[in-house]
Amino acid sequence: MANTQSIERLGSIDRLPSLKTALAAITGVMMLVDLYLIFMVAPTDSVLGHVQRVFYFHVPIAIMSFLAFFIVFIGSLMYLIKRTPKWDAIAHASAEVGVVFVTLALITGIIWARPIWNTWWTWEPRLTTTMILWLIYVAYLMVRSYAPSQSKGAIYAAVVGIIGFIDVPIVYYSVVWWRSIHPSPVVGPFAQADALDGTMAWILLYSFITFVFFFAYMVAERMELRKTEEALGRIRFILRRRGR
Amino acid sequence: MTGLLGPMMVIVWKDVLLELRSRDLVVSVVVFGLLVVVVFNFALNNTPGRSEELAPGILWSAFAFAAVLAMNRAFVRDQEQGGLEGLLISPVSRDAIFLGKALTSLIFMLLVEAALLPIYAVMLDFSALSWMLILTIFLGTLGFAVVGTLFSAIAVQTRSREIMLPVLFFPVLLPVIIAAVEASTRAIGGETFVGLGRWLPLIGVFDALFLVICPWVFGFVVEE
Amino acid sequence: MTNAATEAVQVRSLEKSFGEWPVLWDLDLSVPWGQTLVLFGANGAGKTTLLRILATHARADYGSVAVAGYNLRTRPAEARRRIGVVGHRSLLYDDLTCRENLVYYGRLFGLKDHGQRVDEVLEKVRLSSRADHRVRTLSNGMQKRAAIARAILHEPDVLLLDEPEAGLDRESVSILGTLLAEWTDSGRSVVMTTHDLDLGLDWGHRAGVLRGGKVNFPDSDLSDSGNDTGASGIRQAVADALEAGR
Repeated sequence: MANTQSIERLGSIDRLPSLKTALAAITGVMMLVDLYLIFMVAPTDSVLGHVQRVFYFHVPIAIMSFLAFFIVFIGSLMYLIKRTPKWDAIAHASAEVGVVFVTLALITGIIWARPIWNTWWTWEPRLTTTMILWLIYVAYLMVRSYAPSQSKGAIYAAVVGIIGFIDVPIVYYSVVWWRSIHPSPVVGPFAQADALDGTMAWILLYSFITFVFFFAYMVAERMELRKTEEALGRIRFILRRRGR
Repeated sequence: MTGLLGPMMVIVWKDVLLELRSRDLVVSVVVFGLLVVVVFNFALNNTPGRSEELAPGILWSAFAFAAVLAMNRAFVRDQEQGGLEGLLISPVSRDAIFLGKALTSLIFMLLVEAALLPIYAVMLDFSALSWMLILTIFLGTLGFAVVGTLFSAIAVQTRSREIMLPVLFFPVLLPVIIAAVEASTRAIGGETFVGLGRWLPLIGVFDALFLVICPWVFGFVVEE
Repeated sequence: MTNAATEAVQVRSLEKSFGEWPVLWDLDLSVPWGQTLVLFGANGAGKTTLLRILATHARADYGSVAVAGYNLRTRPAEARRRIGVVGHRSLLYDDLTCRENLVYYGRLFGLKDHGQRVDEVLEKVRLSSRADHRVRTLSNGMQKRAAIARAILHEPDVLLLDEPEAGLDRESVSILGTLLAEWTDSGRSVVMTTHDLDLGLDWGHRAGVLRGGKVNFPDSDLSDSGNDTGASGIRQAVADALEAGR
């Protein structure tokens, strides 16, 4: 329940600027190291050549896009129950960054598939589920912007976040089972992740951690932006009350 | 009225009465269903030999598109006349309102499908006389109705409602469509319940899950 | 019939905003049993919003609201049973007859003997002759009367009317006036918003002006029919509010 006093406060988000700078610094350093590892240290694949290095980007980005949706789910759930703007901000920011991640996951997936299997797309379970996740992200953001007002948009989006998240595992299994009946010779990028040797496994893990920090940094940036938007909104709010 | 079933039935009775009066919903959706099958038939190059393979897919594509159209129209019409507002100021619980509306959608869609099924059986050359097929159609349509009603309630309040419902509906209901097509293929082939494999249980789990979740979130959607 | 608890309507420290737009704040209101409260205000002042909150159609952001003795936050369903609402829309289905619409609402509200009750209210609003005509065929005034029938069907204790005079012909206005007088005489209450100054002063026991997010009561006891100063005080306050809202 918001009243005049609570409008003045925005709580823990005030700690953002310093957190954001720290994340930016860490991410920057880690990313440089990661790029070095991927292009200089990782062994060149005998069969696939240099293109195979996309895999070190694709897998972490894809996993991160799913984790991001989990954060959207938690934020949506908490927002519907508690109605504090903070949770909506977390869900919204994670969704906006998440949709970028999932788009990159799809693009890197295509880049991986094309030169190797001579096809642009494979209806492999994980890639297909990623595609559906992309569609659900888009639906989430669309419903937010097409809603009649900001507050309703937040509620509708939260509903989509919850329903969408619960749906994703069901989508995955349905495609896996479908695949077992309609097999195809094309195997997707994730398959390679299951069969890794030493160096590759370490680099993949490191890359994953790098992208976790990258995600956290981008979400922090977006939430800082939102904090400014909300501060502006609060000012307008108070002015409107005075004006009447 | 504090019970669930009573108010649900009142809502269903009212919607059935309305439909009998105006008669525009069921008939137009049936016509649409026929158009979809005709288009798909040519688009997929359906020859007598391939019919067995393509029929279930065409069937469920038509049913899915028809469901989206039907629910969209039902909610838009209702919103224009203030029907939902009338329900919200009555003592009927939000759960009962949601379930009543979902039940109405389910009944209408089953009627549309019942009208279309014999026609499809002839056009696509398969035997529709299978209890397993009917069970599959029922469970699949139930999934469409439950999730579709929730998303319709959201979509009808957004700026571009015609596009919003499909965008929400199709990604989420994809597993139901996949499962329904697979189960239908087997059902038409004469399989028994066991022969349908995991597909019907998948739809069943989906339906059960969302029958619990959707009424709960519906309350948040309709409140101001 | 009347709830023995305190007042018909009791509102304290109500706040309602739509996102960045504050509409109501610091709003206090109370309406005793057997009275009609008339609310004036400029367009967009929040009259309809206030009424929707009282009708449980919208939720307050902050504050406590009790109608017919029930707290709207904790016991909304019971409150709804005791509230009748007539808004801008009739909430009736065009393709159903008056009778079918009323039977529908009767069932929704769990009325036992709705058949007889429907006939009663149709008689009260003088629509018995049109009972089996589709609502679509009724004039605006008649549709509004049918909406009023819908609102009083379940014998609520509090009536909420949002600009009831809008689109009403003279016959319908007088029917409504009589109905409201009987209503309050029997100890029930009415909260009404209106743009018609004379009508409001005629029908109301007390008048308030919605302005600046809250309701002001400029010396507004109107029950003394010969009291000219009360009425002119209201007129001035309303004129000021409309001017400010421009």
